[in-house]
Amino acid sequence: MSEAIGRRIPVVDYLVIEGEPHLVAQACTSCGALFFDRRNACARCGKLEFEPKDLATEGTLRSFTIVHRAAPNVPVPYVSSVVELDGGGVVKGNIVDAGSDAEKFELGMRVRLTTFPCGRDEEGTEAIAFGFTPA
Amino acid sequence: MAADAWIIGASMTKFGRYPDKDSIDLASEAALDALRDAGATIHDIQILAAGSLMEASNMLGQRLQKQIGQTGIPVYNVANACATGATAVRTGIMAIKAGEADMALAVGVEQMGKMGLLGSAGQARSAPKGFEPSGRYGSVMPVEGILGTQLMPGVFAQAGMDYASRHDGVGFEQFAKVAEKNHAHSSLNPLAQYRKVFSLDEVMEAAMVAYPNTLLMCCPTGDGAASVVLCSDAKLKTLDPDVRRRAVKISASVLTSDPYVESDTAQPDVSTLTKRAAATAYEEAGVSPQDLNLVELHDCFATAELIHYENLQLCEPGGAGDFIDRRGPWRDGDIPVNVSGGLISKGHPIGATGVANLYEVATHLRGEAGDRQIEGARVGLTHVIGLGSACAVHVLERAAS
Repeated sequence: MSEAIGRRIPVVDYLVIEGEPHLVAQACTSCGALFFDRRNACARCGKLEFEPKDLATEGTLRSFTIVHRAAPNVPVPYVSSVVELDGGGVVKGNIVDAGSDAEKFELGMRVRLTTFPCGRDEEGTEAIAFGFTPA
Repeated sequence: MAADAWIIGASMTKFGRYPDKDSIDLASEAALDALRDAGATIHDIQILAAGSLMEASNMLGQRLQKQIGQTGIPVYNVANACATGATAVRTGIMAIKAGEADMALAVGVEQMGKMGLLGSAGQARSAPKGFEPSGRYGSVMPVEGILGTQLMPGVFAQAGMDYASRHDGVGFEQFAKVAEKNHAHSSLNPLAQYRKVFSLDEVMEAAMVAYPNTLLMCCPTGDGAASVVLCSDAKLKTLDPDVRRRAVKISASVLTSDPYVESDTAQPDVSTLTKRAAATAYEEAGVSPQDLNLVELHDCFATAELIHYENLQLCEPGGAGDFIDRRGPWRDGDIPVNVSGGLISKGHPIGATGVANLYEVATHLRGEAGDRQIEGARVGLTHVIGLGSACAVHVLERAAS
């Protein structure tokens, strides 16, 4: 297998991995509501126009859980979290590099976006995911 | 406001595992018993609403008719996640209020077996040939465990922890106390899937599924069915005195979906639509939370029940932790919650759940709940949530005697 050195792809298209990694939302041009997936119309106001908006890479931990049981092919435990990004955007992602001891995570604590490799295809392309670390 | 609708017959199978039966067997058993309870036959029924999350696309209602009577009436096959059963009942209520029918049959059933964790469990993680972004998020692989969790125990854990982040006095122990209560309550209910009492320590030390939900704080999968016979005000007046005496009034029937909130981008918000449904139901019924003698609410996980104390106005704003700490929702507390054992111990065959909680409350209002009877119960409330989301709230009242 020829290793395609340096070929990387974001695991989802709302993650930008060039330059400083960050998330990009689709913002409703009428009401400003933010979405991470493709939308046909705004769920908040019903208007049709969106524009990309770069989101902050820091935020606060709004909620978390530590998953100990999942499908056999998903490694456990992992810490899932809901993060409120500074300036707008609420997103779900793992807290990485912080262990899985519930005592370590304080609701409201500051977190920062980070990226990590999460898989490789047969052509050697590496998929890159985002997560959060305590800031 | 249209005239009231009434429950005149109600039944449920014991929840559990029925490997030798199929959904139609379970649905037939509940439906035939509800008809018997109402003193009615299938020939009195003018509309059938059949709820099952996994069988609604497979003509469940018509297959049920083959077993209990093919009379040519309109049949609605209903699916609405975990609110499926309540939505089926509401379909019957709407037909009665619209004047299309004066007697309706609603059935909810599910046969789940031991299907394990619900949610997007993820697929094989073997290396694909070439990554290709697909779907509305342009994802190149299943992301469970990579971008957080979509599994139900974790989603509802995060809903509870979100509440804990905004209110003092809520943590692992308060969530665990909810499960301690519901397991204890279920010991009195012969129709519950499990009837074992566990200490708070046992709940907290059970295997962790998704912190803070341990195994004993998660509802099981299972099989079961429940059914109600509904009728109009005018029809009720023509029925036998015994049927009238046991009739239970549906004072409010409300269904909501989730209005836009910013955090939808992370996961569905189970609180806003519940708050709206409850407020509308109290207004429609002309009752206040303090009038309630019992509540059956959607405790799919212990973390969910705790936040619904506030969503349904059973406690002061921010006071859900204090409410469970002072045993407010225990069967001898201020407002008994899930005296059936709830989803956590009575069980949660999805399509049956929203009918079974109406059965439970109606049975107490009729004074027929045996060992678990809440004495003198006059008013009760039922609540279910289907994630995604659908929320149904019903308020029931005993017939004036």
